[in-house]
Amino acid sequence: MEYVISVLLSGISVGGQYALIAIGYTLVYGILRLINFAHGDVFMVAGLMGIYFTATLPISVSLPLVIILTVLLGFTIERAAYKPLREAPRMSVMISAIGVSYLLQNTATYVTGGQPMTYPDIPFLSSTVNVAGTHTKWVVIITPFLVLVLVFALTQLINHTKVGMAMRAVSKDFETSMLMGIRIDRVISATFVIGSALAAIGSILFFTNYPAITPTAGAMPGLKAFVAAVFGGIGSIPGAVIGAFLIGICETIIKGLPSSWDVSVFSDAFTFALLIIILVFKPQGLFGEAATDKV
Amino acid sequence: MGNALRLENVTMQFGGVVSVNNLSLEVPEKKIIALIGPNGAGKTTAFNCITGVYQPTNGLIEFMGKPIVRNHPTGKAAKSYKGQNEDKYKNEAVLSPTPDEITGMGIARTFQNIRLWKSMTVFENVLIAKHQHAKQTVFSAVFRGNLAEEKRMRDETMALLEEQGLDIYKDELAVSLPYGLQRRLEIARALATKPKLLLLDEPAAGMNPQETIELADFVRQIRKKYDLTVFLIEHHMDLVMNISDYIYVIDFGSEIARGIPEEVQNNKHVIEAYLGVAEEAENE
Amino acid sequence: MKQKKKSFSAVIGISVLLLFVILLENISALIPGLPQVFQPTSPLFTVLKKAAVYSLVAVSMNLLNGFTGLFSLGQAGFMLLGAYTYAILMVPADQKEQVYYLFGGCAFDSSLMDVLGKLFGTSGAGGAVSMILSCLIALILAGCVAGVFAYLIGIPVLRLKSDYLAIATLGFAEILRAIFQWQKLGKVTNGANMIKGFPTFSSFNITNSSGQIVLRLSTFVPFLIVSLCIVLIVLLINSSYGRAFKSVRDDEVAAEAMGINLFRHKMLSFVISSFFAGVGGALFAMYVANAQAKAFTSVMTYEILLIVVIGGIGSVSGSVLATFLYVACSEWWLRFLDSEQYIGGFKVPLLRNGFRMVIFSIVIMVIVLFFSQGIMGSNEINIGALLNRFKKKERKQ
Repeated sequence: MEYVISVLLSGISVGGQYALIAIGYTLVYGILRLINFAHGDVFMVAGLMGIYFTATLPISVSLPLVIILTVLLGFTIERAAYKPLREAPRMSVMISAIGVSYLLQNTATYVTGGQPMTYPDIPFLSSTVNVAGTHTKWVVIITPFLVLVLVFALTQLINHTKVGMAMRAVSKDFETSMLMGIRIDRVISATFVIGSALAAIGSILFFTNYPAITPTAGAMPGLKAFVAAVFGGIGSIPGAVIGAFLIGICETIIKGLPSSWDVSVFSDAFTFALLIIILVFKPQGLFGEAATDKV
Repeated sequence: MGNALRLENVTMQFGGVVSVNNLSLEVPEKKIIALIGPNGAGKTTAFNCITGVYQPTNGLIEFMGKPIVRNHPTGKAAKSYKGQNEDKYKNEAVLSPTPDEITGMGIARTFQNIRLWKSMTVFENVLIAKHQHAKQTVFSAVFRGNLAEEKRMRDETMALLEEQGLDIYKDELAVSLPYGLQRRLEIARALATKPKLLLLDEPAAGMNPQETIELADFVRQIRKKYDLTVFLIEHHMDLVMNISDYIYVIDFGSEIARGIPEEVQNNKHVIEAYLGVAEEAENE
Repeated sequence: MKQKKKSFSAVIGISVLLLFVILLENISALIPGLPQVFQPTSPLFTVLKKAAVYSLVAVSMNLLNGFTGLFSLGQAGFMLLGAYTYAILMVPADQKEQVYYLFGGCAFDSSLMDVLGKLFGTSGAGGAVSMILSCLIALILAGCVAGVFAYLIGIPVLRLKSDYLAIATLGFAEILRAIFQWQKLGKVTNGANMIKGFPTFSSFNITNSSGQIVLRLSTFVPFLIVSLCIVLIVLLINSSYGRAFKSVRDDEVAAEAMGINLFRHKMLSFVISSFFAGVGGALFAMYVANAQAKAFTSVMTYEILLIVVIGGIGSVSGSVLATFLYVACSEWWLRFLDSEQYIGGFKVPLLRNGFRMVIFSIVIMVIVLFFSQGIMGSNEINIGALLNRFKKKERKQ
């Protein structure tokens, strides 16, 4: 019983962290129709920055700094690597995204020397707590609530502010929005800013409970978060969040199965199996809208 | 002579919008028949139903007397269905061939907004349309066991290009041709599939009056030469009245008139729905 | 006539290249005292072998991404299948105990080579015949396994649109990687451990009775196999099917309306591309002398995709050229960036382990952003035309 609770708790927590990354994917895809392969690596870079900053600066300064610099990184990537390709075929932009991902990973290898880096203890988040007889870190408990608060704030932003309205318009129809005088570039930048900020927060939560960061540590959570976004229906924020929780929980359950079954190697593969099943049977995802092509 | 094409109670509904409503029409063999109507009347949708791009929500399409497309609303579509005759085809098998199967049966088409293969030459554009009739397998193609067939395909393509007066452009990129020639190339490409029925989607769009007159002659010529039936959608009234043997008029997806050009020209509904608009357009 | 002349010059060109490779490999034995570059231990030969293998995979990816317009990211997965098929079939019986020691031996008793060895003998010329023949069969089977898997995977995923197809194929590659690392299959796949002990490129070097190398063929063999495969791919691209692939890439709707069965042609391209990726995977296993699932990550696919982009999407010769440049830079020419360098007494800043890849990825980004056509665009190197130009110049002189 205690074991079940601890697996579920960490599942929900991992799911929440995926959710924060998945929102970045779903927002960007909704507007640019681009799988931002570099998003997972932005997340990894945020983790590394967390390590380097907390080593020299107090937590109260370094964590906000991590978020600000991650936002700046996301913004810069969009301006430098995606904006010049606005008129290019979709494949080119995706290749550019893969290139950025490659660059971030290689830079991280260079800076860290390829060594796994341990994430610092963050007061309170890293301290343990006893829930229903199982010991766990505070971060596990806090994550789902924090995610819900952030998602609520984000939906408010999207539904009740001017920039949110613009974002919705652009994701519905790129060309028309442009004709209606919406400043596309600003909206896209706003999307990357929000996505990166959430990824930075996600990285703090994720890596606090994770043994070490390597330069490729972002790739897998990134892909899983993308799968979550597809699962929930790409472009839909609640969809991405639900998908992320589901994937996080399933993954920890698979990892928690008896070791004699030896199925833990499939914890990543499971996510992709789920992706293929959803793409084949319900390509628009759980909450997505079906799109039709005009001939 | 029988009908090349016959539509019966064809309805196409997208979500709650009925694009084509209970459309029935006949295209007799060896004739030139036109489908006209204002913008958004559902003409291209009707074409897309015939060519397998869309599966109609309800109705039957026959080609050369044989049913090729048949459907009735089921599931979600049945609940939201706004058309008529939903029970008529209920007990018959659903037929929904893919566009390439339709082409294989002998129906070829052109597109409203020209869809040539951009990275390829004029010659290749026509040559590829011959691919579906090629007997070669991948292996014989790779190991060049098909040289005779390849040569025949190339010769036929060349002959077709010469006939259309496109042979001088054969090694140029298709998209580098002037607009009128691109339209002609699209027709040549459609002819390369050896169709019995040719569907032309606004062949005169974007052409000047001189080109339009030439096009009318051209369509008549190829109809005769290839022993075709032609079914076309058109906006240019001059062209339609000039070459059509019979005209169907639709508006908001439903038929509002049919008849020979003179009848349609004087039809009150047509003038209200359509020709009024056309006259305004002409005054511009 | 023009066609014949073109293919004739291509055959001549490839033969000359292959002869040149043999010569290059053995020149150090013929003329003593040549610089280090020509010695068998030189990075030159590592680069040539690896680039040959990679160029096949790059061309196979180009067939799919560049010529058929299907954005697939499953190449590493198909390479994995090919590598493992080859490795499992080719580990000799007397090596199995040692390779599979964690799992108490292998599920199969003998290898393809042992089976053929019974027919042709195991030593001398018979041994050579059985090794070469079994390698060839294993390579073809490696391709076939990858092709069959591609067919099965293709049924659901080829109906998906561009970026969904990319992520689904990437997913399949990851699933395959997990399956091949599963300990329960250890008797076949050796779990997460590597399979080794099978014939590699160096097995093709001809030795005399005392074991000394008489004629080196370890670079020639991959070149020969890869050129053969690429020639087949080019023949396909220039056939009616290749044209149909291109029409699907340019405009699916028009292709379908002109009678081209979309699904069938996408499937054909996908299966054929995967077949050659499988062969490429087997060759990769021969190159690194082991097969291990851990090596075939999505990073490998990305690497190959970037090669294709650098060479020009839709150009076979571009892909080949780009592979050799890419591999030479990453394995050889830019190595100096990874260690501290001094110019005079001045220590060049920033140079240390990993810097090479940073520079490299910046260069790639520059190409992707500013030279999106790559080296060749969608053009091909035409040996005949090059020769003609050469002749003209001579005449002028």
